[in-house]
This record gives sequence, structure tokens and C-alpha cells, in this order.
Amino acid sequence: MNLLEIVGSINMIGYGLATLGPALGVAWIFASVINGTARQPEARGAMLSTAWIGFAVVEALAIIAIALVFVFK
Amino acid sequence: MGPGGFSLIPLEGGPPEFGVSAFESRPLFPSQIWLESSGQQAAWTDVWVTNHIAQAVIGAALVIGFWLLVSRRPKIVPGKRQFVGEYLYEMIRNGVARSIIGPQYRRYLPYLLALFSFILVNNLFGQFFLFMFPTFSKIGFAWGLAAASWILYNGVGVKRYGLIKYFSKMTMPHGVPKPLLILVAPLEFISNFLVRPLTLGLRLFANLFAGHLVIMVFVVGGSWLLWSTKASSPDYSPIWNLAGGLSLLMSLAVFAIELLVGCLQAYIFTVLTAQYVSSSLAEEH
Repeated sequence: MNLLEIVGSINMIGYGLATLGPALGVAWIFASVINGTARQPEARGAMLSTAWIGFAVVEALAIIAIALVFVFK
Repeated sequence: MGPGGFSLIPLEGGPPEFGVSAFESRPLFPSQIWLESSGQQAAWTDVWVTNHIAQAVIGAALVIGFWLLVSRRPKIVPGKRQFVGEYLYEMIRNGVARSIIGPQYRRYLPYLLALFSFILVNNLFGQFFLFMFPTFSKIGFAWGLAAASWILYNGVGVKRYGLIKYFSKMTMPHGVPKPLLILVAPLEFISNFLVRPLTLGLRLFANLFAGHLVIMVFVVGGSWLLWSTKASSPDYSPIWNLAGGLSLLMSLAVFAIELLVGCLQAYIFTVLTAQYVSSSLAEEH
């Protein structure tokens, strides 16, 4: 009896590895915002608005990758 | 209740569905009429009034009803009802619209507020017992919102600068040396006109799809391990039942994480839309 048979493509593992880059990037962006806010609290708004743009661009890599995982089976 | 039944309540009846097939929509109304008129076997996807469409419409009605209710007969000293409404309204007004778009934020506030509350309500449907399905884990709904935001930020830019000037502003950033523009302009075009809506839609979809799938792994897999393993089967081990019970317990934690993700994604979608509008409006400097 096969209780838990795992079938499918191994490219999900590749996607998991590929998310490391964007994960570190997003973490770094918001870590910098926290650092910057601690040093200069009144600049938080300006830093956050740049951070959101950067966040969107960096996370785009991970998001495009998850689409490609489903495209290339 | 099978394919013909009134199946807005997904938890009742029908075969248990596993994996990606659980994301398929079911027609809301009996499809006999449809079947007789065409005279052939109906695929479920051909009937467009599905439980997920109904869910989105109910979500929109809830949002409209909520804002009508909290904004009705405002008083100078707000009561509880007005206080809740103003608290949520000011979170978007001051925290997102004013701080990102700047002085002319008022024109875009209704869209941003509607966007935020609509996404939030639909995401919370994923944890709400009547629906148990986040609407935006069907990618079509996410594309719809991404298209609306795309039209908004491009329309705003074209209206302010004119088509040619807006296009050159978005593709040719100021201060880049002329020869480099051959490289930079196509990249900017892809980034500003193609990747932005693509990632807006996919980010919302992928987060909710993955979240709902993880919930199903814990709940369906857990209950299967708990109930379907018979003590009479030759390779039975109590560890399976133990693992099933543990995974059902863990599913509560996953539900809590999904509540957080749902709120976060609604906020991120709104913030990024505001950000894109603000970048379309921004002057060259």
C-alpha cells in the first residue's frame, strides 16, 4: 500500500532554491529601512516609499519564477 | 450536492477534493436548462455563474454595505460605528494615499480604499466558514484588479503629460547618457508597462493560492491520516493517526498565518498601486 506517494516535477525544489535570492533581497531592503528609521525616525516615509519600489522589483524575480515553475513542467 | 446542486457552501456534500482540483469553480445554479438548450454534456467551466463569482459579488456588496453603514449620518463626536469606519479610512488615507501620492491624493483615495477593502474581504473569505476559499486564488480575479490598476496609473500619466511625453518619461529616465538609452529604454519599458501589472496580479494570486494549498495539505492530509488508516490493514501504525492529529492542530497555526498574509497582501497591493500612480505623476528632476 502506497500511503503517501509523491508524484510530480522536481522543479518545485528548483523554485525553492530560486526564492533564496529574492528572500535575502527583500529582507535586506526592510532591514535597511528599520536601521534607517532607528537612526532618523522622521525620514521613515521617504525611505519606505523607495523601499516599496525596491521590494516590488526584487520580489518580481520570485513571482516570475513561480509562474515559470507552472509553465515548464 | 453534486454539480447540479446549489453549491455556494463548499463544505457540504460532494466528494472531497484534493490538490489543485479543489480550486475549480462550480456552477451556482442547476445546469439542466443549459444542458437541454445545447444538447450536449456541459463542462463545469462553461457555466459562468459559479460559486467563486458569487463570492466576489458578495464581497463587493459587503464592502459597499460596510462603507455606507459607517459613513451614514456622521456626527462631530463619533460613535462606535463611525469610529471604526474613520479608523480604517484614515489608515488608508494618511498611511497610504497621502504619504505616497502627496498633495493631490484626494482624487485617488476612493479607488485605493475600495481596492484595499475589496481585496481584504475576499482574502478573509479564505478563513471564513461559509466560503473557505480566497477569491483571489483564482487568477482571473487577480488579473482583473491588476488591469484596473494598470489602466489607472497609465491613464493618470497620459492625462497629465500627454501620450508622447508620458511614454518618453516612463521609458527614458532623466540623466541617462544617450548611448546607454539603447539598453535602458527597453528595460524600462518592460519594467514599467509589462512587469508591473504582471507582478501585481501574480503576487496576489500566488500568495493566496499557495496559502490555500498549504491549508489543504494540513487539513485534508491530516484528517485523511486520522480517519482513513484502518487498524486492520497489515502495515498499520499508530504513528499515522498521531501525525494526522498533529497536522490538524498545526492547521490552526497555518490558518493564523493565512489571516496575516491576507491582510498583508491587501495592503501591499494598495501601496504598490499608490506607488505606481505617484511615479506616473512625478515631475522629472
